[in-house]
Amino acid sequence: MAKKFHLTLNVNGEHQELLIDPRRSLLDVLRNDLELRGAHRGCDSGDCGACTVILNGKAITSCMTLAADCDGDSVITVEGITPADGLHPVQKALVAEGGIQCGFCTTGIVMAAIALLESNPHPTEEDVRDGLAGNLCRCTGYKKIVEAVLNGERK
Amino acid sequence: MVIGQRIPKLDAPDKATGRTVYGHDVKLPGMLHGRILYSQYASAKIKRVDVSRALKLPGVKAILTAADNPPTKFGYGKDNTPIKGDVVRSFRDEVAAVAAVDADTAAEALDLIEIEYEPLTPLFDVRQAMKDSAPLIHPERKSNLFQKYKYSHGDIVEGERESDVVVEADFELPYVAHAAMETSVVIASFDHRDHLTLYSTTQIPFLLQRDLAEALGIEGNDIRIIQTAIGGAFGRGLDIYPYEPIAALLARKAGKPVRISFSRHEEFLAAPMRQPALIHARAGAKRDGKITFRDAYALLDVGAYISWGSVTPLVMMETTASLYRVPHVKFEADCVYTNNLITGAVRGYGNPQSTFYTETLMERLAVALNMDPVDFRLRNANIPNEEMPQGLIITSCGLKECIEAVAARADVGSQRSEVGSQKDSRISNQKSEINNQKLKRGIGFASTLNVGGGARIYKSDGCGATVKVDDFGHVSLITGSTEIGQGSETILAQIVAEVLGVKVEDINVLNSDTDVKPWDVGVHASRTTFIAGNAAHIAAMDARKQLFETASELLKAEPESLVTRDGKIFVNDSDRSADLAKVARSRHYREGGKVILGEGWYDPPTKMVDKDTYKGNISATYGFGTQMAEVEVDTETGKVRVLRLVCANDVGRAINPMAVEGQIEGGAQMGLGYALTEELIVKEGRVMNPDFLDYRLFTSADMPQIESIIIETDDPQGPFGAKGVGEMGGTPTAAAIANAIHDATGVWLTQLPMTPERVLRALEEAKK
Repeated sequence: MAKKFHLTLNVNGEHQELLIDPRRSLLDVLRNDLELRGAHRGCDSGDCGACTVILNGKAITSCMTLAADCDGDSVITVEGITPADGLHPVQKALVAEGGIQCGFCTTGIVMAAIALLESNPHPTEEDVRDGLAGNLCRCTGYKKIVEAVLNGERK
Repeated sequence: MVIGQRIPKLDAPDKATGRTVYGHDVKLPGMLHGRILYSQYASAKIKRVDVSRALKLPGVKAILTAADNPPTKFGYGKDNTPIKGDVVRSFRDEVAAVAAVDADTAAEALDLIEIEYEPLTPLFDVRQAMKDSAPLIHPERKSNLFQKYKYSHGDIVEGERESDVVVEADFELPYVAHAAMETSVVIASFDHRDHLTLYSTTQIPFLLQRDLAEALGIEGNDIRIIQTAIGGAFGRGLDIYPYEPIAALLARKAGKPVRISFSRHEEFLAAPMRQPALIHARAGAKRDGKITFRDAYALLDVGAYISWGSVTPLVMMETTASLYRVPHVKFEADCVYTNNLITGAVRGYGNPQSTFYTETLMERLAVALNMDPVDFRLRNANIPNEEMPQGLIITSCGLKECIEAVAARADVGSQRSEVGSQKDSRISNQKSEINNQKLKRGIGFASTLNVGGGARIYKSDGCGATVKVDDFGHVSLITGSTEIGQGSETILAQIVAEVLGVKVEDINVLNSDTDVKPWDVGVHASRTTFIAGNAAHIAAMDARKQLFETASELLKAEPESLVTRDGKIFVNDSDRSADLAKVARSRHYREGGKVILGEGWYDPPTKMVDKDTYKGNISATYGFGTQMAEVEVDTETGKVRVLRLVCANDVGRAINPMAVEGQIEGGAQMGLGYALTEELIVKEGRVMNPDFLDYRLFTSADMPQIESIIIETDDPQGPFGAKGVGEMGGTPTAAAIANAIHDATGVWLTQLPMTPERVLRALEEAKK
């Protein structure tokens, strides 16, 4: 067993200090050490985007991010953007527009869309399609997801 | 009225917020991590298995070898075992399994297991496997041919004689993966009575209960299956697969719960793929535009063990025999064992394959007749209320409306004259201009026929439902059916809400526990809205009857005069009412009281096909659809870009149009992949591209504009007129695109996916 790594992380605004196996990905730490199961493991190779979280303001695939590399960083997960009561506008739009079926990719898409809208508050349809191209969905055909992100932004 | 409303999925808020518990999220106390060791050879004898070093690794709690196998073989072909013993027959063969305290330890233990193989000559080519001289994959079967299908109606010789034009082609179709975003996962746990609880992503909880009991040598009632939220399935969970008994055997051996969750790599190797097919097909037509005959032969590689991949010819023959009105049809298929991957059910189940050859041959016929492809299809379209020679009884049928609807959007139709000609300029305003350059544009059509009222492939095609009204006026629907993301929970809740006059949000749907829910065949064949919907409707009507019984006492009115509305029971044409809660309480708090518990069971009036002729009305109704693809082909690179896909589907009635569109648009994503990008490359039995980097799904950036048009025909037997729609979205897509490529360039593509390389090769061959 490798020597433990002392990781300091700000997760959803809360200070966390953890002793972790240094080989662990950020996704492992979020899911297993912090019990934040909103980020999903779809491929473990950065191809599907189901594990997308926001690291220091940027959407990243947490399965491809070494947790030890995030020491001192700030992470926002789907749990962090969900209001105590109700839904974030992006979540609300995805629900209302039918952008969710099995839901396994949804949390990653929520985080990717929020990061996209942060950097580009008035995206075109093409911007949204390109911005979400790293998030695979097998159920919806993306149309309603793209519409939701565009409409959520407009409202 | 909640029927016909665009009601968001009831489970969507939890999915959007990450609260939904998928199999990967389930953690039981003391749970161990299971891992499977797969074969190093596609065909070999196992000479020696030594697990002693692995057993010594701290943290390893159990190791499974073939010595632990129960005696009964399992799977659709009853030819599979949890761990393979004497012989391995494919690279996905399980040769050992480990349960350990964490995933790393389990992986390390697999590396310490020593297996000595004696390689045998493998058999990868399905044509070779058919030869008498071929080695036998399962010697006890005496032949590699697992099953032969022979269907015919009319007289093919007569059909050919009547034909003015005959077209034919060879087709080659690839392995395709479900690629559900959540990989397969199972958690097995035994209690003190030795009863097994299996948390599972299965689509057939009740059949799996039976299959797994047989495989483990225990009783069905010793097994409880709990379906976790399922992150996509698409046919993956329709059979028992080795990892399920392996998890149970590991859990029993270790005395602790065991989870096996597939890696993506493993999912691309061990899940049951859409089977590759070699097809030769012919068709003919008369000068007047009537089809005369169809004749097809499909050679199917079903892999090393039999699963549902061996039954897809039933669907292929349905398309061949009954999509459009064809007087003379012959269809044959051979399902053959090889040392390749297991093949199973994938959305569409044989239909994308058969629709590809059927509809590209339709286009060839139209071209050969110099007839407009829309006209040609309309002349031959299925019509309502007709029994097909195959025995399918078509009731509601909107195929003509589907063809006309997409043709209207294509801005073509009867006025098109030079079909397949690059001079055709009606496709879009810019076409003639663009076509002078390296980019060629074209449009193509294809239709589909799909079961829409269940599919009787077992003796029962039934589903049970109960509807309970509680003390607070809330309603629980307990249904046998399964939510796999498609939205059945919401659709069924809408049906019950409509009957009981309550809000959809006031209905709680329970559908995940075999100890609780009534029996059902499973979620497949686009059957849930129709079958489970009818069952839920019956149960809701029964609950309503009970409510009316009590309400008639409270309101002093005849039950016949009562109606449900706004969560209340009203005396018709008056404002006298009692709310559901009050009625329920009145029934509970009295001497000789009763609960309000409606019961429903629906098994459609259909037949299994005859085992010799394969004829019979397998479904209570049929769904239809047509797609129009507009493509742009880069003749320098061979790259095909789909600009637009217009999809019209006859769904009987859209209980929830947003959910219907979701099925059509999602199906289109799979159909586009089948057409252009998705191919699990299997070379000498090995999967060469087991990840999403190399197995390319369409992304949001790749998707064309999709227009979905809902055609409503009000099916006489469907719940509120609805028919199934789950699988139709992707079945005609590849054919529509191939036809559009021909329209643009004049070349026919017969191999899927139509990659730039294949398109370019076809263009170059055409130049010769």
